[in-house]
Amino acid sequence: MKLKTYQLRNAEPKVKKVKEKKHKGSFRKTLKRDGAFPYLCLLPSLIGVLIFFIIPFCVIIYYSMVDNPINKEFVFLQNYINIIKNTAFRRAAINTLTFSLTAVPLAVVLSLLLAMLLDCKIPFVSQFRTSFLCPMMVPVASVVLIWQVIFHYNGVLNDFLANFGVDKIDWLKSSKGQVVIVALFLWKNLGYNMILFLSALNNIPKDIIEVATLEGAGAFYKFFRIKLRYLSPTILFVTVLSLINSFKVFREIYLLTTDYPYDSVYMLQHFMNNTFRNIDYQKLSSAAILMAIVMIAIIGALFIAENKFGEDVEG
Amino acid sequence: MIVSKTSVSAKRRRGFSKKGQKLLMGVLTVFAAAAALIFLLPTILTMANSFMSASEINANYGAIFAKTEEGGKTFISEKINLKFIPDMVSFSQYYTVLFKSPDYLFKFWNSVILVVPIVIFQLAVAALAAYAFARLKGRLKEMIFFVYVVVMLMPYQVTLVPNYLVSDWLGILNTRWAIILPGIFTPFAVFLLSKIMRRIPFSLIEAAKLDGAGEFQIFIYVCLPLCKSALFSVAILVFIDYWNMVEQPLILLSDTSLYPLSVFLSQINTGEIGLAFAVATIYMIPTLLMFLYGEDYLVEGIAYSGGIKG
Repeated sequence: MKLKTYQLRNAEPKVKKVKEKKHKGSFRKTLKRDGAFPYLCLLPSLIGVLIFFIIPFCVIIYYSMVDNPINKEFVFLQNYINIIKNTAFRRAAINTLTFSLTAVPLAVVLSLLLAMLLDCKIPFVSQFRTSFLCPMMVPVASVVLIWQVIFHYNGVLNDFLANFGVDKIDWLKSSKGQVVIVALFLWKNLGYNMILFLSALNNIPKDIIEVATLEGAGAFYKFFRIKLRYLSPTILFVTVLSLINSFKVFREIYLLTTDYPYDSVYMLQHFMNNTFRNIDYQKLSSAAILMAIVMIAIIGALFIAENKFGEDVEG
Repeated sequence: MIVSKTSVSAKRRRGFSKKGQKLLMGVLTVFAAAAALIFLLPTILTMANSFMSASEINANYGAIFAKTEEGGKTFISEKINLKFIPDMVSFSQYYTVLFKSPDYLFKFWNSVILVVPIVIFQLAVAALAAYAFARLKGRLKEMIFFVYVVVMLMPYQVTLVPNYLVSDWLGILNTRWAIILPGIFTPFAVFLLSKIMRRIPFSLIEAAKLDGAGEFQIFIYVCLPLCKSALFSVAILVFIDYWNMVEQPLILLSDTSLYPLSVFLSQINTGEIGLAFAVATIYMIPTLLMFLYGEDYLVEGIAYSGGIKG
C-alpha cells in the first residue's frame, strides 16, 4: 500500500513521528491474537449498510428486470430500453451531464488556481482562506433569497448589465439557467477543493523543487512537469468529489425554482422526484442502476487515467 | 533530467527585480481580495437584510417578490435596491419569527431533531467501524471497505431508491426515522475515520496491551483520544451536509409538517420575504458558529479526506 495520506502541518504530531512501516508486518500478525472485538466493532455499521444500502440495491437490480412488482415476469433489459427512450429521462440526463462536464473541470482548475494563489505568500492568507471556505458552511436555503435578488429578471445582475447595454435576461427561466447553477456550484464548492489542493501543495517535497530551481527550471516547467505530477492523486480526488457534489446542485435549483424548473435545469433528481410521486418501481430502479453504472464507469476511468499520469511519482 | 543550459535564464529570473516582485504580490493580493468579497457577499447581504423592517424590504425588493400571478413576469419598473446597511436597524423580523409565528421555530426544531441524532450516531457507528477497518486484515476486509467506498460515491439519485424501498418495508416511510436511519449508516464518516485510525502507530497499542488494557479499553483510551480532532472535523462535515438536506425529505417525507427548515424556506410566501431573511440568518447561525470555532478542525478534516486510495 502506498502511504498516500496527506499529512497536515499540525495534524497529530505525536503520531507522525513514530515510524509506522517497521511494525507493519508484526502488527498484522498480532491481529490474530486480538480476538473478536474488532469484528464486533464492524458489526453495527455493516448491518446498517447491508440493510439500508446493499440488500435493497440487490432487490432493485431484480426489480429493474421484471415487468411489474405483482406479475414479476422477467423482461431482462426491457426496462432499461424504456428508460433510455423516455424523453424526460433523456432531457434530465443530458442536462445533468452538460452541467457536470462544465462545472467539474471548472471547479478543479479554479480551486487549484485559488490554492496556488494562497500558496504564494501573499498577506492575509488565513483571512482569505476563511472567506473562501465560508460559502461551504452557509446552508443553501439561507442564501437562496440573495440569489433570487441577483438573478431575477428584474434583479441586480440585469440592472448591472444594463449599464453596458446588455438586454435583460431571465437567468433562471431560460437556457441561461445552466450558467447560473454553474456559478452557484463553484461558489459553494471551490473552498473545499482549495483546501485539498493547499494541503497537497504543502506535501510536495521541497527538496525536489529546490533542486529543480537550482538546475534552472522555470516556473512553467516546475509546475507542469513536477508539481502537477505530485498533485495528480489530489486532482483525481477533487474531480471525483466535484462530480459527486455536482449531483447535489439540485438543492440550489429546487430552492430557486421549486418543482417546475425551466427545461435547461431539469436535472436527474427532478426526474427521480417525479417518478417517486407515482411510485413506478421499474422506472425508478432501472434509472438508479443506470446511473450507478455510469458513475462507476466514470470514476473507474478517472482512476485509470490518474494511474497512468502519476505513475512515476511515488506520492 | 533537467538540462543545465537553462541555468542562464534561471540567473535572469533570480535577478527578478524586487520591485516587480512586490508589484506582483500586490496584484495577487488585490485579486484574492476581490475573490474573497464575492465569496462573502451573499452571506453578509442576507444577514444585513434580516435587520431591515418589512416595509424597507418591500421597498427594496418589491420588483422581485411582490407578485402573485402564476408564472407571469412582473413588469414593475421599480429598481432593485441591494443595500448593505439598513436605513434603520430593526429587530422586528426577528421578533416576529421568534415570538409570533411559531411555524418557523417548529421547522427549525425539525431540522435539529433530524440532524443531531444523525451526527451523533453516525459518528459512534463510524468510529467503531473505522477502528475495525484499521485493525483487521485480509481480503474480506478490503472487499467490504471497497463496497463502502462505492456506496459513498453514489449520488442521492441512486441511494434514495434503496432507502425508499427499505423504509417502505420497515413501515417508517413518512416518519423521521426514514431519514435518520439511513443517515446513521452512511459510510462517509467510516471512510474518513478509518483513514486516520490507520495511522495510529502499532507501538502505542502494543504498549497499552502490555499495561494490561483490553481491546475495548484500547479503543476507548488510546484510539479515540488520538482521533479527537478528526472526530470533531467529521462531525462538522456531516452536520453541514445534513443541515443542508433537500432531497431526502422531499422523497421520504410526504407530511410537510415534518420538513426541515432547509426545504421549508423556499416555500415561504412572497409576502413574508422580510421574515425569510431573518429565518435564513437564524438557520445559518449553527453552521457559522461551528465554522468560527472549528475552522482549523474543519480544514484538517477536509485535508484528511483527500486521497481516496490512502
